[in-house]
Amino acid sequence: MSVEPIALRGTELSGKAGTEVEATRPGKRGRRIRILGRYLLLTVLAFIVLFPIYITIVNSLLLPSQIASKSPTIFPTSPQWHTYADAWSDGHLARYLANSAVVTVFVTIGQLAIATCAGYAFAFLQFPFRRTLFILFLTTLMIPFEITIITNLSTVNTLGWYDSYQGLIVPLLATGALGFGAFLMRQAFLQIPKDLQDAAKLDGYGHLRFLTRVAVPLVRPTMAALAVFSFLAAWNQYLWPLLVTKDDRLRTVQIGLKQLRATNIDQVNVTFAGTVIAFIPLVILLLIFQKQLVRGLTAGAVKG
Amino acid sequence: MSTPADAALDLRPGEAPAVTPAPRRRRFSRRAREAGLGYLLLLPAFVIFGVFVFYPFLRNFYLGFFSTPPFPGQPKNYVGLDQYRDVLSSSDFLDSLKTTITFAIITVPVGIALGILLAVLAHQKLRGIGIYRTFFSSTVATSIAVAAVIFGTLLSPQVGLLQGIQTEPSILQNPDPIVDISLPVIRSFIPSVSLVAVAVTTIWQNLGLSFILMSAGLQAVPDELQEAAEIDGAGPWSRFWRVTLPLLSPTIFFAFVVGSIFAFQAFGQIDLLTPRGGPLKTTNVLVYFIYDQLQFAKNDGKAAVLALALFGVTLLLTLVQFRFLERRVSYER
Amino acid sequence: MGRVAVKGVTKRFADVTAVDHFTLEVADEEFLVLLGPSGCGKSTALRMIAGLEEPTEGTIEIGDRTVNDIEAKDRDVAMVFQSYALYPHMTVRRNVEFPLKSRKVPKPERDRLVEETTKMLGLEGLLERKPAQLSGGQRQRVALARAIVRRPQAFLMDEPLSNLDAKLRVQTRAELVELRRRLGATIVYVTHDQVEAMTMGDRIAILDQGVLQQVGPPQDVYARPANLFVARFIGNPPMNTVAGDVSRVDGTVGVQIPGGVIELPGTLGSAVERRGLEHVVLGVRPEDLILGEGSPVRATVSVIESLGHERHVICRLEDGQLIIVRQAANVPLPVEASEVGLTVDASRLHVFDAVSEQRVDA
Repeated sequence: MSVEPIALRGTELSGKAGTEVEATRPGKRGRRIRILGRYLLLTVLAFIVLFPIYITIVNSLLLPSQIASKSPTIFPTSPQWHTYADAWSDGHLARYLANSAVVTVFVTIGQLAIATCAGYAFAFLQFPFRRTLFILFLTTLMIPFEITIITNLSTVNTLGWYDSYQGLIVPLLATGALGFGAFLMRQAFLQIPKDLQDAAKLDGYGHLRFLTRVAVPLVRPTMAALAVFSFLAAWNQYLWPLLVTKDDRLRTVQIGLKQLRATNIDQVNVTFAGTVIAFIPLVILLLIFQKQLVRGLTAGAVKG
Repeated sequence: MSTPADAALDLRPGEAPAVTPAPRRRRFSRRAREAGLGYLLLLPAFVIFGVFVFYPFLRNFYLGFFSTPPFPGQPKNYVGLDQYRDVLSSSDFLDSLKTTITFAIITVPVGIALGILLAVLAHQKLRGIGIYRTFFSSTVATSIAVAAVIFGTLLSPQVGLLQGIQTEPSILQNPDPIVDISLPVIRSFIPSVSLVAVAVTTIWQNLGLSFILMSAGLQAVPDELQEAAEIDGAGPWSRFWRVTLPLLSPTIFFAFVVGSIFAFQAFGQIDLLTPRGGPLKTTNVLVYFIYDQLQFAKNDGKAAVLALALFGVTLLLTLVQFRFLERRVSYER
Repeated sequence: MGRVAVKGVTKRFADVTAVDHFTLEVADEEFLVLLGPSGCGKSTALRMIAGLEEPTEGTIEIGDRTVNDIEAKDRDVAMVFQSYALYPHMTVRRNVEFPLKSRKVPKPERDRLVEETTKMLGLEGLLERKPAQLSGGQRQRVALARAIVRRPQAFLMDEPLSNLDAKLRVQTRAELVELRRRLGATIVYVTHDQVEAMTMGDRIAILDQGVLQQVGPPQDVYARPANLFVARFIGNPPMNTVAGDVSRVDGTVGVQIPGGVIELPGTLGSAVERRGLEHVVLGVRPEDLILGEGSPVRATVSVIESLGHERHVICRLEDGQLIIVRQAANVPLPVEASEVGLTVDASRLHVFDAVSEQRVDA
């Protein structure tokens, strides 16, 4: 460090240096206005985002004539609750929802289990070609599902799985969330401090025990995030369920909505009711798992 | 007696154990058992991948060599690379490709930008901000079918918001481009009204996820940095540009890469909103084209070629993004 | 000009009062240390001065303005954070430049100031590196440079040395003191380390649970702690405190503690009497105790800690309380488990009211 004293105070910075800027805000009231302004902006945006949902709910309770009329009705004055019953029974929504639930739950659990095992193997075990296999895993992310559907259809046929639950579920296990999931789980496992591994080793834990008793409980947030992604992806599957089922018996709710709309061209409110019904399960899940989702994301995916 | 699962954790393979018990006869060395366990754990994944991903991928190449005759029942002929060449140079394909790219160009950047906007606004320390966060992420709960039905009706002139504005039967039936530009190359990229409608639906549906992703990324920006910037004299806009955004760039990059891959694979909303690829095929993205060929034209060979083209384009785009965009990402290390 | 004043400032969070009616004036060019254990409110107080938190009550003045309603960026203060808060994506040069750029200082002057400041802190050669490529000590200097570069009215520092290892800490402490002399700056410095406080501050303000306990030059605070808390907090090894009852024998006031009676010198004794105190706490610093034979207070030697240049002899009183005595290394070594007498120079006694914990002065 050089030793000359430096005159500091009184050194005026030229330009708009903030040396003598008087108060830029008119006190407490100004502050309150600004906060109100922020709330206003947030509310407007929230309104824009939620508007389609709101309209759908409203419309599901109106008469078709009200919906079609030129002057939009903002609030249902005589709600047509029957639309929900109609959508449920006529639209076979129970069946569609059940199918979606079955398929989605099985795919989620399956992907979670497989990804965790694979992630663990990549993180803690040594075996030949480990690196090659890992890269192979990552490449599956690139291969879009559409490429595989042609052959998968014939494979499924050969196995006699056409129009069956197995045919729906098993091929979906291979979709994007699996490769990505293995990657995420590996990252999460790698974060476990080495001290814990050493302590377990001294305690004589075998791999299986370490996995179930120590590793998995520690990576729960990541698993939760993965489960959510997996669930969403599976629930949203459209193309594959369409191709591999031939009638309503096994169709999922996504396709079911298409049916509903087709059979209810003039009863638009029923279609809307059906849409709301299809919407509710996920909303409930979102409300419950909102925090986990963000936590799991921060843990893994954001590191690119 | 000793199975791989019992293998004591050997986390530093190759190191001799500190305490050597009386040597016992083992059929397999510890190393081998660990490898065995590793392969065992990977087995389910690889079976699934092998059967349903790798095998189809390779077979696709093979299928592309055969052209399917228009009448069912007749055997396929081997035409070799001719089919590849024909399909890839056909105007159908090129149009479809353009549509796909246009769609991606509209939905991905807008989706990310809106996600950032909402995430930043919802990141403030206001009372009750949690409610707004729930609101903003709510579209995560909408599935593509739900979104499609909602917007399909919303934008339909018969029953939707735009009543009286459009005179054509349905806004979604309108093939006219929004803007009239004379430059032919650019003109072919201007989206039709239908494509925009589908894009808007997609953006809205993805908003929740984009918001959540950007919020997660924002959490990685320490509050102290914002405080330091504030004391250093930066106003809110300046803080956003010079501190928040650069630190958010890894997340943004991630969103771009993953977002484009998904944009290229968007299918459900197109089928629901504009069946058969829309009026004059203006929403005939590649995925839809493939489906169309499979389901209606029953042309396996052509579909196979298109599928490979889709893969190629996706791969290319991802590589391009890594090459050019990643440079602008400011990592901490 | 660069004075900082805090008047009656209170900060409440929900049901916790972090800072309670805090009043303090920091003179221009003074180095004031806010000292206290974790959670005592010192960081909160600092943040209120900076403008990062709003006081629930009270006013804050910087220079000749009341700044309560002025935003942090316009208060003309600079802050050095405990974690340095360097912008990780910017080079050292840009980090240091940032405050100037934000205030739209024109480029030539910017460059000059950056160069001067980085040279002052020995950072030339590191200008193009990013924070992740710097050592802890270097990062700290960058944080300092960033604060200095815009020549603010006052510097606020929040435990800037706590992330450095011991050796670096000593070195940086010296550099900071030197730097401060050259800058002629007003500094408000927060720490929980009393060594830093004693060696660096012109005055020390001690806080506990949001309440100011005492403020004064280090020597004063050391020699005349205002209450038990300060007495026990300052000094290493800490002051020995023993509770006892006031007794009177032959007109002399004494304090009965386990192991004997300690006589209070005349003036101190009268002060105690005047207040009618019956229970007090005696305080003696370890270096003011002498081990002897014929002393009024008996204790047993428990543990002897040899530190090379000095010795800490830990003794037990009759009732088991521990007393630490500091000896030079050349004094004869006491015998472990032996009985010894404790002698104290009466002028080095501190007396505190057992109830109010306040110091009793002659």
